[in-house]
Amino acid sequence: MLRHMNSIAEAQAELIDEFSMFEDWQEKYAYIIDLGRELDPMPEEFKDEAHKVKGCQSQVWLHAEPREGKLHLQAESDALIVQGLIALVLRIYQDREPAEILDADLGFFEDIGLMSHLSMNRTNGLHSMINTIRAYAASA
Amino acid sequence: MKPFAPAEICKIREDFPILQRKVHGDRDLVYLDNAATSQKPLCVIEALNHYYRQTNANVHRGMHALAEEATADYEAARAKVANFLGATDPKGVIFTRGTTESINLVAQCWGQQLQAGDEILISVMEHHSNIVPWQLIAQRTGATVKAIPLTSSGELDLEAFETLLNPKTKMLSLTQISNALGTVNPVKEMIAKAKANGTTVLIDGAQSAPHLPINLSELGCDFYACSAHKMCGPTGIGALIASPELLNAMPPWQGGGEMIDQVTIESSTWADLPYKFEAGTPNIGDAIAWASAIDYIQTLGMARIEATVQEVVNDAASRLEQEPGVRLTAHPTERGGAVSFWLDEIHPHDVAQLVDQSGVAIRAGHVCCQPLMKHLGHPALNRASYHFYNTQEETTRLLEAIRIARKIFGVA
Repeated sequence: MLRHMNSIAEAQAELIDEFSMFEDWQEKYAYIIDLGRELDPMPEEFKDEAHKVKGCQSQVWLHAEPREGKLHLQAESDALIVQGLIALVLRIYQDREPAEILDADLGFFEDIGLMSHLSMNRTNGLHSMINTIRAYAASA
Repeated sequence: MKPFAPAEICKIREDFPILQRKVHGDRDLVYLDNAATSQKPLCVIEALNHYYRQTNANVHRGMHALAEEATADYEAARAKVANFLGATDPKGVIFTRGTTESINLVAQCWGQQLQAGDEILISVMEHHSNIVPWQLIAQRTGATVKAIPLTSSGELDLEAFETLLNPKTKMLSLTQISNALGTVNPVKEMIAKAKANGTTVLIDGAQSAPHLPINLSELGCDFYACSAHKMCGPTGIGALIASPELLNAMPPWQGGGEMIDQVTIESSTWADLPYKFEAGTPNIGDAIAWASAIDYIQTLGMARIEATVQEVVNDAASRLEQEPGVRLTAHPTERGGAVSFWLDEIHPHDVAQLVDQSGVAIRAGHVCCQPLMKHLGHPALNRASYHFYNTQEETTRLLEAIRIARKIFGVA
């Protein structure tokens, strides 16, 4: 299990720092796609209707379970950019205490120029995914 | 008929303020999502502006100057729609919110006469708007929904159509142009066969009214549905066109003001057509602005619009076909405004997102055609859809954006 040495705010600051290195959008997206490719695949047993995040046109599956008082997340998408965005969200949320997840403000998406992905646009679904994680955290 | 020359298209584009804007900083917008909605020329924007500044009043009841002007303009819009589509009687033009509402109106009102065992024939390429309304009425009446399959080139299987058409087929409801594949269907011949079978026919004209000259008296369908916003008009307005005889025989749609003749606590009688189907205050401003859009495209000429769209979309289809890593979803003999495709190894959503970063707006997804997606064996596709203001240079921009996307993905 991931042992966090830092807070959600610090993890976001790290990401903002990482993304500040990119010269243009092409590099940024190539990096997001790499993160998507590197994301651990989700166990097939969780890739079912019950784990599908509603409100995404691309398919997104999400499984969350409490482990030692923290929320452990597994997620996957059939669209690679979305999967890269999932990897970013997991960098922030993975193995955190539910209360910390509920208190967090994901401001980094704006700072790294990916705010449009957090919009209400149904084709994207990142918004739905974050809401689902928060709902898991609230009920954990 | 001759397509518009590049210089003419350049001039036409000046009529569309939105086509001058930039996206993602400094990139010129390439708008290739016209099958979803078209852009609006200045005259339409000004017609809306003028209506709310000068004429706004409720129609058909006020005894004052504005009410008379608004009523006259609203009814002139109805006559304009009738004339534009070759309908014989403006009383058969019912203003609705758009194609979806028009089809629902027919399914719910005309469909009440359906009985168990009756069949409603649609096709596998229909938009959800021409599937779900029929399922709803079929569930209520015990009728069944059948679908004409497609050939491998993405056209309707006409042999299967003739087999499916039988004495139980009470309704044939078909799209004239597929929003997903771009296929232009031979609806005139199919309507004739259905009518000879005693079947009532509805044509979904959402994609055809913007691109083809339509003459309903020649086409021979019973119902025709279309939306203003895909033909340079405003959103929220469209029409159902049918013969007054057919509409008179149908029960009303929604109850309320405008649609009644006499009301008592016990019962009501209905207003004459078309008001019987227009309960409540109608969408006056948008109807009037739609008339202005029709004036605009009629001045350009529907035959030239058809030729222009065909030229630009056929060019796009053949260049996309030649592009490495791109596969077309269909190869219809006649193509309407849309060409859809897949990129090898890249999900359509990823394609659309990256192409958008280059300033090119295309669609990704099931494009409201999940049964078609099942037939194609893919959950989603990419679609570039054109209008008369699009250019071959914009297709070049799309191809460049696709190459960048493939490079970012490391598959180029």
